[in-house]
Amino acid sequence: MPLGLDLPVFRAVVTTIVPEAAALNEEGWRELGAVVEALLRSRPESLRKQFRIFLGAIQWLPVLRYGQPFTRLNADARTRVLKHLESDRIQKIRVGFWGLRTIVLAGYYGRPSAAGGIGYAASANGWGALR
Amino acid sequence: MTRVSYDIVIVGSGAGGGTVAQELSPLCRQGVRIAVLEKGPRLRDDEFTGRELEMAGALYEDGGGFLTSDGAMTIAFGCAYGGSTVVYTGTSMLPPARVINRWNVPGLTHADLDCRARKFMGENNVHLLEDGLINENNKLFVTGCGELNYHVQQFPVNIKGCRGSSLCNLGCPNRAKQGTDRVQLPNAERNGVEVITRAEVLTVGEKTLAVRVDHKPAGAKGDPSSWEPGDYQIDTKMIVLCAGAVNTPALLLRSGFARDLPRLGHGFTTHPAFIIVGEHARPITNFVGFPKSYYVDDFIESDHFVLETCMYFPFITAKSMAGLGAPHSAFMRAFPRLQMILVLACDKADAHNRVSIDKSGKPVVDYRFQSEAIQGLIRGAVTSAKILFAAGAVRVHMPVARETTIEATEAGRLEEIAASAEFTAGKTPVSAAHPQGGCGMGADRSGSVTDSYGRVHGLPWLFVADASLFPDSLEINPYLTIMALADRVAERIRVEAPALLGN
Repeated sequence: MPLGLDLPVFRAVVTTIVPEAAALNEEGWRELGAVVEALLRSRPESLRKQFRIFLGAIQWLPVLRYGQPFTRLNADARTRVLKHLESDRIQKIRVGFWGLRTIVLAGYYGRPSAAGGIGYAASANGWGALR
Repeated sequence: MTRVSYDIVIVGSGAGGGTVAQELSPLCRQGVRIAVLEKGPRLRDDEFTGRELEMAGALYEDGGGFLTSDGAMTIAFGCAYGGSTVVYTGTSMLPPARVINRWNVPGLTHADLDCRARKFMGENNVHLLEDGLINENNKLFVTGCGELNYHVQQFPVNIKGCRGSSLCNLGCPNRAKQGTDRVQLPNAERNGVEVITRAEVLTVGEKTLAVRVDHKPAGAKGDPSSWEPGDYQIDTKMIVLCAGAVNTPALLLRSGFARDLPRLGHGFTTHPAFIIVGEHARPITNFVGFPKSYYVDDFIESDHFVLETCMYFPFITAKSMAGLGAPHSAFMRAFPRLQMILVLACDKADAHNRVSIDKSGKPVVDYRFQSEAIQGLIRGAVTSAKILFAAGAVRVHMPVARETTIEATEAGRLEEIAASAEFTAGKTPVSAAHPQGGCGMGADRSGSVTDSYGRVHGLPWLFVADASLFPDSLEINPYLTIMALADRVAERIRVEAPALLGN
């Protein structure tokens, strides 16, 4: 089952969790998607399905409250939607969001260019690299 | 199905398995055939790249993301030649007397474990890191604790030739960490022990094991197994299980031992943990230098937590901070200015937390956060925030606070913030790396799985020698205690070898 990484809602979720992702070019999005694909490739098919279903729920649940899907909301409203999921009273929903958030963070910060972008430059040379 | 036979089979190659392998290896000179079966791969030295996701995928079970059954906590443990000793920080602490005495295992004394642990301190080059190699992330912890009159202690570490890569948890790229992959396993192999990687034990039977050897996946790190891929039946005279506190109980459960061992899988603890991050106004040395040099254990008895210095990688840091959006990103952008403290809660064995298996026999960890552990995490978070501010941090990320970013101007309100702190399973980012219990030692099968020498009750040919032996939480980093227990198990096997091996 495709993960739906090409759907607008995926990019909207990513840029809400990591605002800097809005500056990614197509190559950056391709890298991010490749990391997510690789992470989920080794996981059970049911997890891939849950990921896709969760994305769909995020896109359409806001219609009930805001009258618009997630991708049509402004940044503040998107953040409110995701924060609501993060704190939902049902643990399964919180855990589902936790999983999605983890995958997004891996996709963004797991790219070497993102690590470099925040000034992280660990090296096998350690102290030697400072000199 | 290929049939092979050995005199002794050791399952797992970490702190327990590597130690048992070395300590039994002199028997090889007498013609005893010993094999170590390791599920994970054996990496070449040049494959330790320090790249976060790449190394996590190569060295950890489930890439480090093994989830509890409710999905509220990840448990990280190694899956490679050397087990978790490849990915720990090398902290090597002696077994604490207060805990060993509290375990009250008949026949097990603190003095015995202490003596054995000290043997491995010498063997694995355990020492206190020289002051000149300690970075600011660690020194600022000492500064903050000093301001607050907390008693800081330095971790003994098992490193040799550390260059300060800070990449310990991704496998040292400089071969500096003296885990079983660098010391005990090579010694054992020199003496004639065979180590077979990519070999997963499916079930254990009466002096027999069903084993599957996997292909090396395309593009994966590590050497192929020395055995052809396929299914094997191994006949043996003795089995020593050292697959860790998740996989050893699970292996016994799926092999049908639960009927005679009612405590199998019970008593699981894991030191649930999270990180508290402080941002300084200037860059500090954090991702350069050894990451974990100091700890404070003043609060174990009163508040059930331990504080340790730590430094993680970008993704793990991002995952370990709560929230999303701008406040979260602001800390990530400040990475070279971040100071980190790990809060470990001291959980206790209870009736709920245990290892079980699913329909396919895979391990399942049922874990519920105990109120004392939650309080430990909250009190640990507040104490860490105080240390970070005392060390000069301008703001702190506290995952249990309602507003996770706390400015230095609010440092005086920390107790008030603690009073309204929220710990929510599935929201608060909790992870663990010290799985323990599940095959606890004790007097008999009604209250335990093994005796004090790791022998499974009623089965003279079956031993356990890993952290699953702990009857309750160790409350400190466990590796040296695991090695000491494994040494005890090996000694008992050596003494009884003539009878057990029928020689």
